[in-house]
Amino acid sequence: MTDPLVSLDNLTVRFDERPVVDRVNLTVHRGDIITIIGPNGAGKTTLIKAILGIEKVSEGQVSLGKNLIIGYVPQHLTLEPTLPLSVKRFMLLSGRSLSECESALGHTGIAHLLTASVHHLSGGEKQRLLLARALARKPDLLVLDEPAQGVDINGQASLYDLIRQLRDDLNCGVIMISHDLHLVMAATDKVICLNQHVCCSGYPADISHDPAFIETFGRPVAESLAVYHHHHNHSHDLHGNVVDSDAHNARSGHGGHTECDHAHH
Amino acid sequence: MPIIDAILDDFFWRALIGGLGVALVAGPLGCFVVWRRMAYFGDTLAHSALLGIALSFLISVPLNVGVIITCVVLAMALVLLSRTRALATDTLLGILAHSALAIGLVTLSFMPDVRVDLTGLLFGDLLAMSREDLLWIYGGAALILLLLAVLWRGLIMSTIHEELARVEGVPVERIRLVLMLMFSLVIAVAMKIVGVLLITALLIIPAATARRLAHNPEIMVAMAIGFGFVAVSGGLSLSWHLDTPAGPSVVVTAFAVFLLVYGAAAKVRT
Repeated sequence: MTDPLVSLDNLTVRFDERPVVDRVNLTVHRGDIITIIGPNGAGKTTLIKAILGIEKVSEGQVSLGKNLIIGYVPQHLTLEPTLPLSVKRFMLLSGRSLSECESALGHTGIAHLLTASVHHLSGGEKQRLLLARALARKPDLLVLDEPAQGVDINGQASLYDLIRQLRDDLNCGVIMISHDLHLVMAATDKVICLNQHVCCSGYPADISHDPAFIETFGRPVAESLAVYHHHHNHSHDLHGNVVDSDAHNARSGHGGHTECDHAHH
Repeated sequence: MPIIDAILDDFFWRALIGGLGVALVAGPLGCFVVWRRMAYFGDTLAHSALLGIALSFLISVPLNVGVIITCVVLAMALVLLSRTRALATDTLLGILAHSALAIGLVTLSFMPDVRVDLTGLLFGDLLAMSREDLLWIYGGAALILLLLAVLWRGLIMSTIHEELARVEGVPVERIRLVLMLMFSLVIAVAMKIVGVLLITALLIIPAATARRLAHNPEIMVAMAIGFGFVAVSGGLSLSWHLDTPAGPSVVVTAFAVFLLVYGAAAKVRT
């Protein structure tokens, strides 16, 4: 086994003595996709900010691999309306060459937007731009904070597919935060359920039966996920809700084609 | 060089050359004021310049030095105080801006021996530009342009997304500090031309005008410099021909250009 990209040793972050992240241990290797889930205020964002070095660690340790290049995809790109910025200029600010930037944009499927203004992009296009920005740096580790936020349900599924594919192409490690439990359960290697401390972790199929998981998210969610695992072709479920299978079938009744991966463009 | 001497002997040319030097750095810094929503912050620093003048007389140092030091100290105080979050930033700025201005005025009134042209300091004076001021302006401008060129990528990145910049290794805090120092410097050198009350206008209006036409940050900066040149040369000519106060004339010209550009752009749209 090669050296881990990241290892956390009893990582603790406190705000005013209150532990927000409590003694978390975690290792990420090349090729891993690790998804952090958990309720609001569970310390998910604080945890990845500590890994990124932009949040002060109160106790414990974050060890990063030597010369590790991190590609960070923040939750939002909220641009001041007064700041004019084209996609091309934003990409070039990564300090990489134009051809590297163009190939990164191609990877995330928005090469045609090279000369567009960042202000005119849709939510999904902005997320793909942020992803391309991270890719242009040829990262060893990709860190994503709710990458599918503000993206419609079809877009979410294809975004998670894209992340998986990028992991294969770049052979990098991936840490992401997600609320899209249904999609995550199908697209991830390992899930960490955070509620200040790691309340449970493991493979998606196992974790939905974990009593700690059921306690955190409630039985309906856990059961819907367990059920969902038997039908994971249907990649366009409602966000976090139990799916009424009749209504679901009625909506997607056009020729029984239920894969919506390519509905983005 | 007799020609240069002849030009520099003329107060109008001195004012114009000085004003263009100020516009050269007011353009890029004005863009950062607009991008980072620092208009009120710039106002506060500018108002504190009067306190700096009063202090310079008290401890007899050159005016520019006194103003720079006061602005820097105030900028640091602002950064530290806003971190405590006891007061909202705009409340804090409102308190410090007007208190600094008031303390400056009160202090000056205690010094009857010092004859200062208060109107000139507050609103700018066409006649006040000395050869030494020109040295200050172009020395300051050279330093600011050099810093901007060296730090450009980090400055833009930390303006677009501070955390992303930090992950990419941009020293965000240090850049913020340098930006504050540059603001202090530009206020000290722009004071003579437009006066402390109108400096922020010279920073913001050309940048805002440029925003309407520019598609990239660098182009916006270049255009802001251009509009600043127009404002300074137009305003000072106005002041010379109609005997109007220099600072307000410059700002009126900048505002007229702003209206023209936005009006024309709206017409093209429809």
